Amino acid sequence: MLARIRAFFAARDVMEVETPVLSLAAVTDPQLASLTVPAPGHDRYLRTSPEFAMKRLLAAGCGDIYEIAKVFRADEAGRYHNPEFSLVEWYRLGFDHHALMDEVEALLGHALDNIRAVTPVRRLTYRDAFAGYAGLDSATASIAACRDSLTARGIETDAELDRRGWLELLMSHVVVPECSRDGITFIYDFPEDQAALATVRLGAPPVASRFELLAYGVELANGFHELTDSYEQRARFERELAWRRRAGAPLVPLDENLLAALAHGLPACAGVAMGLDRLVMLAAGHDHIAQAMAFPWDTA
Amino acid sequence: MANYSTSEFKSGLKIMLDGDPHAIVENEFVKPGKGQAFSRVRLRNLKTNRVLDRTFKSGDSVEAADVVDTEMQYLYTDGEFWHFMMPDTFEQHAASKAVVGDARLWLKEQDSCQITLYNGAPLSISPQNFVELRIVMTDPGVRGDTASGGTKPATLETGAVVKVPLFIEEGEVLKIDTRTGDYVSRVKA
Repeated sequence: MLARIRAFFAARDVMEVETPVLSLAAVTDPQLASLTVPAPGHDRYLRTSPEFAMKRLLAAGCGDIYEIAKVFRADEAGRYHNPEFSLVEWYRLGFDHHALMDEVEALLGHALDNIRAVTPVRRLTYRDAFAGYAGLDSATASIAACRDSLTARGIETDAELDRRGWLELLMSHVVVPECSRDGITFIYDFPEDQAALATVRLGAPPVASRFELLAYGVELANGFHELTDSYEQRARFERELAWRRRAGAPLVPLDENLLAALAHGLPACAGVAMGLDRLVMLAAGHDHIAQAMAFPWDTA
Repeated sequence: MANYSTSEFKSGLKIMLDGDPHAIVENEFVKPGKGQAFSRVRLRNLKTNRVLDRTFKSGDSVEAADVVDTEMQYLYTDGEFWHFMMPDTFEQHAASKAVVGDARLWLKEQDSCQITLYNGAPLSISPQNFVELRIVMTDPGVRGDTASGGTKPATLETGAVVKVPLFIEEGEVLKIDTRTGDYVSRVKA
């Protein structure tokens, strides 16, 4: 699998890079928990993705790059999760998220040689996917409507969620499994408040230039037309820190090096991260991530 | 009782849900790359035995259920209650006919069985997989009588009625599979 991936990028003149696994800064996303490592001078954080380091390389002028990266996410274990796992992450200058989806599709075709690789691949907007599979308009539906959509499908919860939380519940329990049940689907143009590090396009409503790749009910990749505005990026990080403060979650140091790189100038680009272990699961027909790893978490 | 967080969820864990004790059958961790984590859980209601699905937000906690599975010795019944005793502590527990259920057909005095206690009181009884019971009443089998399919009913000392081969006689002790109610073999007294 690794050989195929390297050959794919070599043919397209995308350079392989290696970036540090430990950093003084951490991701502020409130839904990601970083593992910490005591180190001389200052504790360090294990990265949850190579994104920040790779963007610094891009700002420094390295051109198109990819990394096969070991990443770490605390408290994430299950059939498709291992706290230590691998991402294939790459960035293409001058691409938007549509062009990058084309390339993700091409990589899939190259990496998977069974019949599933030639399954037709669909592309749906987030809004259309919700309309089609959850029966509601993600832009305007009330919390009550989200609840009803779930109850009608036998999904019950007592959890306290805000509107975004209800959409995420619908997405993970209904939309993702249903829209990719027998094949491969891209969902793109996410709601503005789920933009993460993607640019947001004006509109009614504004949408984030973000996409996800779903294969047979499993999320395989997450991609962005990257945000290059350092002020907007800082504002998003600050909002995430404020959320952490309110929730009593650990506060983490902002990545000032990343923000400085953006201020210096990140070239227009699109980037995507694909779960390598899940790609191997798909290729080999495994039904648990442990089967795709030499030593899963409990035996490492 | 204490609380469990979703990070402690695993098969077999006993929790309170909607006022009833439940056992976790299956726990699925659901989390998109960027977004909220959930636990999608399949549970069995230990009172009604019904299975249901419920989703929890990661980090939420639930009340632990005071449910204990333990071995006890069956003592006797007065018709209204069935009495059991903990072998080490001699502590006695009484279970109503409703709680004992079909297990009453297979309980013989002095036999061990599995009892599930909820808040210290019997919730359900499981007899051993195999028990040895004496026949108290059965018709003598007529040789060559194949009209009844080669079996006849026999009433056991507990009141249970099982199908047995024609050569079996009153007074004999049989090994019975309590899960199916089937005759397995004769037991040499």
